[in-house]
Amino acid sequence: MTAPFKDITLTERACSTSFYESSARTRLELLLDAGSFVEFIGPEQREVSPHLKIFDLPEQFDDGIVVGHGRLDGSPVFVAAQEGRFMGGAFGEVHGAKLTGLLRAARQIASIPVLILFDTGGVRLQEANAGELAIAEIMRAVMEARSAGVKVVGLIGGRSGCYGGGGLTAGCCSALAVSEPGRIAVSGPEVIETNRGVEEFDSRDRALVWRTMGGKHRRLLGAADVFADDNVQDFREAALELLGLIGPFGLDSLKAEQERLADRLSRYGACLDAVDIWAAEGIAHAESVPELPSDQFITLAERIGRTNRDAR
Amino acid sequence: MTLDDILASLFPKGHEIRNDKGVLLGSATLRRGDKMLVLGVADRTALGVDEAIRLSGHVLESIGLASGPILVLVDSDSQRMSKRDELLGLNEFLAHLAKVLIHADINGRPTIGLLYGHSAAGALLATGLATRVLVGLPGAHPAVMDLPSMAKVTKLSMEALEEKAKSTPVFAPGLSNLVQMGAVHTTWSNDSSLADQLEALLADMPAARDQRDALGKARGGRLKAADIAERVRDLALQAR
Amino acid sequence: MEDLRFEHSVRTRAGGTRQSAIVGVVASGNLEVLVERVLPDAECAIEIRTAAVGFGEVWTAVIGDFVDRYSPGGLRFSINDGGARPDTVSLRLAQAVRSITENGQ
Repeated sequence: MTAPFKDITLTERACSTSFYESSARTRLELLLDAGSFVEFIGPEQREVSPHLKIFDLPEQFDDGIVVGHGRLDGSPVFVAAQEGRFMGGAFGEVHGAKLTGLLRAARQIASIPVLILFDTGGVRLQEANAGELAIAEIMRAVMEARSAGVKVVGLIGGRSGCYGGGGLTAGCCSALAVSEPGRIAVSGPEVIETNRGVEEFDSRDRALVWRTMGGKHRRLLGAADVFADDNVQDFREAALELLGLIGPFGLDSLKAEQERLADRLSRYGACLDAVDIWAAEGIAHAESVPELPSDQFITLAERIGRTNRDAR
Repeated sequence: MTLDDILASLFPKGHEIRNDKGVLLGSATLRRGDKMLVLGVADRTALGVDEAIRLSGHVLESIGLASGPILVLVDSDSQRMSKRDELLGLNEFLAHLAKVLIHADINGRPTIGLLYGHSAAGALLATGLATRVLVGLPGAHPAVMDLPSMAKVTKLSMEALEEKAKSTPVFAPGLSNLVQMGAVHTTWSNDSSLADQLEALLADMPAARDQRDALGKARGGRLKAADIAERVRDLALQAR
Repeated sequence: MEDLRFEHSVRTRAGGTRQSAIVGVVASGNLEVLVERVLPDAECAIEIRTAAVGFGEVWTAVIGDFVDRYSPGGLRFSINDGGARPDTVSLRLAQAVRSITENGQ
């Protein structure tokens, strides 16, 4: 009878392990039920990117993404976790195709949900065309899976955030959980600064980056449904909560999303900074939101923050 | 070819397509008299939250009221790179546009993208790459990433990148590279009527199943994607 | 990139029953080590692809120490290196051996 003891230690480890700091593999190990993870095309298959050698760059045996099957509180789930430290978690040909294949299977089965642990800067520059197209295929596969009744949940809290096509893919998911350091955007701070100048966006102003793209703003805006603390256990609980909440997807969801986004634009379209949006949402002392501890922030978000339930 | 030339050649029976600050909205009449919903981005306009919400709204308004195929014209910049757009959740607006197009396509409103100018990054994902069939016109010059930015990140010279681009379609800008990757299904000719080519495509639309990885493999541009996706799918089906 | 390969005869077979394990990540100053139980008990092999060219002697020394210390018989190590320092390499190799000698699959 060692199993309960083992489970307790795993939970304790999950509680004390930073999602932000850990690797894709550690996240999956601690997110799923103990020992339940089975990988598809693991590193021993050595399916590396065929393109990095053109640039004389090192490969990684799993091309920066771990995909497979496991259990969450006893129920089967498909999972994909990007490794944000390898090439910024960027989408390349092989990396993307693994996620596409997983989503296509989920669509066929139609009853097993998919968890995507995003940690990505977007398209991998060295294979930009393949990466862009991989993202287009993933977005299509997410929508086909959702149309078949599959719940697709995104978990965002890694060091590379969720940028570029990753941000668009996250926008296709049924629901998102995000932690404070989990940034969601299309153009990264450096990209905006390079293209539009430091007056438009000062990428070295970290406070500006967090309040414009970070998890707290995304939660208050209604871009994410659940705010998670930066530990793997909290993401596990967030995933379970979201899987219990997600309703069916259809034309009505898209009509509701159109209304939700148009409403956001009319309410906040003239705001110059996140603090202005938070103040317009009715938050007193909006400027103090970035400093709020998680528990106080969650209370605030549940009172004020918008949700996108059934509107995405 | 200018946008007006393209529209005249595509729709000799007439169209009601307005260009409002680079956002194209309207509809057109096909040869047999049926209507086609038309939307798009023109004049190399950046795709931001304001543009995206109008485009997605145009498609949603037509669902239920109209039938028939949807054409997405693309001559855009990248996504709009600004603090305001990101602050308001540009990723959601672009995703929403793509979702609306994909939803329409798999529910009886086949979508065709027509890339006639530039496009890049998130703007291409939300428009042309969210359609079932993406067609390129000669002279279109998409660039997922531009070479100067790539040179900066990879710390390689432009000359070195251009040299490498000769041996692979995988990273460099250009229509022919996207054709080889399977992103662009076909390229039309400017020398014959675009209406003929559109009618021929509509008469022979591929199934609403994403076949771009198979196309990329057949054309030698993406040799691994289709096989990897298929292997993962098989393993996942066995694992349940 | 540079490819290096080392083969050693070792005294004893590595313990445990797992067939493979992976540790680390390929990033600047970091590396991944894939270890597989695929060789005869008295052999061990280490294959390296490294972004830092010209450090063959350092690798020879690090690998020599590692093999002496752990006697990883029957194991093949495949390394993708983003230019890690020798102490990081030693740490990852030790982690790889620990992972594969744990019980389990």
